[in-house]
Amino acid sequence: MQLAAAGGAALAGLGLGVHAKQASALPAYAVRPPGALHEPEFLGACVRCGLCVRDCPYNTLKLSAFGDGVAPGTPFFVPRTVACEMCPDIPCVKACPTGALDHALEDINSARMGLAVLIDHETCLNFNGLRCDVCYRVCPLIDKAITLDMQRNQRTGKHAMFLPVVHSDACTGCGKCEHACVLETAAIKVLPRAQAKGELGHHYRLGWEEKARAGHSLLPDKVLELPVRRPGDGS
Amino acid sequence: MTTMKTSLAPARVPGREAIAAKGWLSAHKWLLLRRASQLGLLLLFALGPWLGVWIVKGTLTSSLTLDTLPLTDPFFLLQSLAAGHLPYREALIGAVIVIAFYLVVGGRIYCAWICPMNIVTDTAAWLRRRLNLQGGRAPSPTTRYWLLGAILLASFASGTLAWEWINPVSLLHRGLLFGFGAAWAIILGVFLYDLLIATKGWCGHLCPMGATYSLLNFSGVPKVSALRREACDDCLDCYAVCPEPQVIRPALKGEGSPIIASNNCTHCGRCIDVCAQDVFQMTTRFHHRRDGHEQGTDHTAARFGGGGVRPVH
Repeated sequence: MQLAAAGGAALAGLGLGVHAKQASALPAYAVRPPGALHEPEFLGACVRCGLCVRDCPYNTLKLSAFGDGVAPGTPFFVPRTVACEMCPDIPCVKACPTGALDHALEDINSARMGLAVLIDHETCLNFNGLRCDVCYRVCPLIDKAITLDMQRNQRTGKHAMFLPVVHSDACTGCGKCEHACVLETAAIKVLPRAQAKGELGHHYRLGWEEKARAGHSLLPDKVLELPVRRPGDGS
Repeated sequence: MTTMKTSLAPARVPGREAIAAKGWLSAHKWLLLRRASQLGLLLLFALGPWLGVWIVKGTLTSSLTLDTLPLTDPFFLLQSLAAGHLPYREALIGAVIVIAFYLVVGGRIYCAWICPMNIVTDTAAWLRRRLNLQGGRAPSPTTRYWLLGAILLASFASGTLAWEWINPVSLLHRGLLFGFGAAWAIILGVFLYDLLIATKGWCGHLCPMGATYSLLNFSGVPKVSALRREACDDCLDCYAVCPEPQVIRPALKGEGSPIIASNNCTHCGRCIDVCAQDVFQMTTRFHHRRDGHEQGTDHTAARFGGGGVRPVH
């Protein structure tokens, strides 16, 4: 009887552990509140109390229900439905009793809830030469998190295109751009940062940065003497 | 092999004699008090989202009362600590307050007086008695402790609050306050398990939250006592309604203290209700028998199965 009890419990624990491991990724449409720890740590720190949801003055935050695709009882929001209003006093973070939302976040502009990515160039109206600009206009950090990059319209040959460009060093992932995108399905989407960002090999050095840091070129004057070869000179 | 059958013989309805002897209200006194406590607490949580009256905010796992008093469930704190996260002081203080409270009132008071799942499992047990369903099979009552250990290991290994993927207690409570989603399926699963497979299976054998609270259930002051055990006419009604029937026997039929000392007594008081002979009473752990006979120091031994533990007096 004891053996059966222990065995059953061990099996249940194993199942739960495995399930927790494979279900612990946040779905791409969901974004955590400001100050949330990285997802793996967040799931061990959040006690599923809902205090952050209660203190969200715009009812942006939802507490995940069983079957929502987000770990049950944890807070999230879906930017396409409703975006974070970026309250300067960050009441959701203050409400967290455990530190799943890090109280070290004091400036909402430093929040990194996710990262906006203009993921579909083919449907974005600005990429089609129109001046929609809506994502750019609604961005709380306009001209920092999203800028418009003017380029020649190759199709017409005589017009300009103003391409929205997201800058990851300023984007908070509030979701305003995705929420406001006028398309049936947004061309710009806020993704979890881990999914949106690439990572350079750690041994890479960018020559121009190294040069700026040193104040001069790091190469000796003459590194290589290469012969000049032109077609037809017979050498 | 287990078989499910409904007996053709009319079932004995526990408590019917008590109703005849004491009247319906007296025979349901503790049950009604408990329902009032469970629903009242739920109402306190719901006043905010329903009416905008914010007395208690959050859920049973962690809450803030009147914007000052933090309360945190120790089982959730344990999982979080096992997952490798040390929470902020608010959550720790909240857990200390909760633990202190249950050390005074008795840990499993939570199960009978606060936990919303109790209404579900009580209903399943009631229906099982009414339909006279027999058979099925319950796991060992110690399964919950193994499960508690397995959950903490799983939390450690996965870095998440492992039980919170399926915990029916928090799913039900949160569901009522924040929306159910598909959580009703888990609640229904527990209901059917208790109804068809295992008598009092969930609360009495499996729930790791109850297991955690039973570990805090050694110093509580309120105690059910079989004070008038000599009046017992062996009708077995108390065993039929008790969610943890194994706790009654030492107090009712033993030679020692009549106080029910087991750390799995939930202090629901249903045995008091259904007893036509008024054998049971809600007393304190310091209670002495009315005949002046010294009692109340030897029940610790019964609780821990004997020996070595000093009474907490």
